[in-house]
Amino acid sequence: MVRTYLLLAWTWLRASAQYPVSLAMMVLGSFAVNALDVAAIWIIFQHTGSLGGFGLAEVMFLYGTADMSFALADTLFGNVDRLSHHIRSGSFDTMLIRPASAFVQMATDRFSVHRFGRLAQSAVVLGIALPRLGLPWERTWMVPLMIACGVVIFAAIFTLGGALQFLLTDAPEVANAFTYGGSALTQYPLSVYGEQLVRGVTFVVPLAFVNWQPALYVLDRPDPLGLPYWLRFAAPLAALLLALAAALAWRAGIRRYRSTGS
Amino acid sequence: MEDVFLLYARIAAYGFRRHSAYRAAALAGAFTNSVFGILRAYVLIALWQARPGLAGYDVTDAVTFCFLSQAFIGPMQVFGGGLQLAGRVRSGDVAVDLLRPASLQLWSLADDLGRAAYLFLLRSLPPTFLGAALFGIVVPAGPAAWAAFAASFTLGVLVSFALRYLTALSCFWIVDDQGVQSLSLVLTLFLSGMVLPLNLFPGWFGELTRTLPWAAMVQVPADVYLGKRDVLEALAFQISWAAALLALGALATRAARRKVVVQGG
Repeated sequence: MVRTYLLLAWTWLRASAQYPVSLAMMVLGSFAVNALDVAAIWIIFQHTGSLGGFGLAEVMFLYGTADMSFALADTLFGNVDRLSHHIRSGSFDTMLIRPASAFVQMATDRFSVHRFGRLAQSAVVLGIALPRLGLPWERTWMVPLMIACGVVIFAAIFTLGGALQFLLTDAPEVANAFTYGGSALTQYPLSVYGEQLVRGVTFVVPLAFVNWQPALYVLDRPDPLGLPYWLRFAAPLAALLLALAAALAWRAGIRRYRSTGS
Repeated sequence: MEDVFLLYARIAAYGFRRHSAYRAAALAGAFTNSVFGILRAYVLIALWQARPGLAGYDVTDAVTFCFLSQAFIGPMQVFGGGLQLAGRVRSGDVAVDLLRPASLQLWSLADDLGRAAYLFLLRSLPPTFLGAALFGIVVPAGPAAWAAFAASFTLGVLVSFALRYLTALSCFWIVDDQGVQSLSLVLTLFLSGMVLPLNLFPGWFGELTRTLPWAAMVQVPADVYLGKRDVLEALAFQISWAAALLALGALATRAARRKVVVQGG
């Protein structure tokens, strides 16, 4: 499966490299669009020293980790949210009869380096924010782990969004509320949001484990909602559970899929 | 003269009907806009709690601004596109459009106004009502204030069309318009007030952004709604930019007419 993925991704990469100018502009465009979110945070901190109890470097740390997870998940699996397009045009049928996983084919479809623009941007933000936090060494091990768990969580949400499109073929934009909405939510400390919303993204859609709960450990902060301390280490469990749910939903979607016949 | 008006009115009606075929997509868009409205409202509330009265807004003004900006996304097509023109230039179908005894620009405008009217109903009203129900928003006082907002909103759609039309026309000169599209997206998102209200932007840069055409799309209509701006001055600002950009569009259309090369047989 990994070999198929790499082979297909490489093929699409070579195809996109046929138009180098267009490609360069898309990388720049993706970098710039996401830089606007950083600009927004910077402008907010021109007016206040702390947002939801967190300073600029801390918010940039939250932003950088969430965005790096999202960018990786989007690069690797984000294309799954184009499923409804393939169902409507009938090209999903072609994928199903090929001797390779439909999921891998969906994920690699039109794989292009332009998505690396976002990744580069989050790496820059993290590179600036991390040294300013002066984190103690014994807590930094959590940073790569939380990014990895974040990738799994976002990839699972992309897959769930894709699976949802088996049902809502005419309304693929619903998935955006969870994928891009999840990315927007995790860019800020969850302490700015209402309590109900935070409980929802902790226990229902586990977005709080992308960066918020692990970051409370890394930054050594008390939980504003007073949730149990062990939740800070629960990101791998949350990621695993959500990934299982996503795999089941995707399989269920494939099983009930009826071709549009076009 | 009357015939011409009827023609464009009919095209607008067809634009409305064509988009009404995508009701599920429009409602899904309204759902996403509402979710983003809620998330961004919380961020703005946190900022205004730290700095009450910042930029001349109170918390309710800021929340209202946030939901209005989400409501403008559909009709003003803040994320770009909405016009079929770019695709038709690439495919060569634009040759047929240019043969018609009607202005390409006015034809596209009429079609786009129909689109905007449909998306206003399905994508602007739901997030606004949701914002009002969850957080409470400012409501303009009296028919004069509503009329001023209606005018300002319509002018915002007009400026948005004029900008998107110019972007689409660039296809006549640059075959692959993705670069222009993404440049336009960045400028529109940031300079319209979509990312943050422009009156939060610091110093001379903030002053500059408030004089550029993108401000006519989100910032000015929202300020007119909130009663934060002199109505006549705001409308004059929007009318000037709409006129200038539409005139530029007309010139570019004339240039494109001479430039057009239809590929294929």
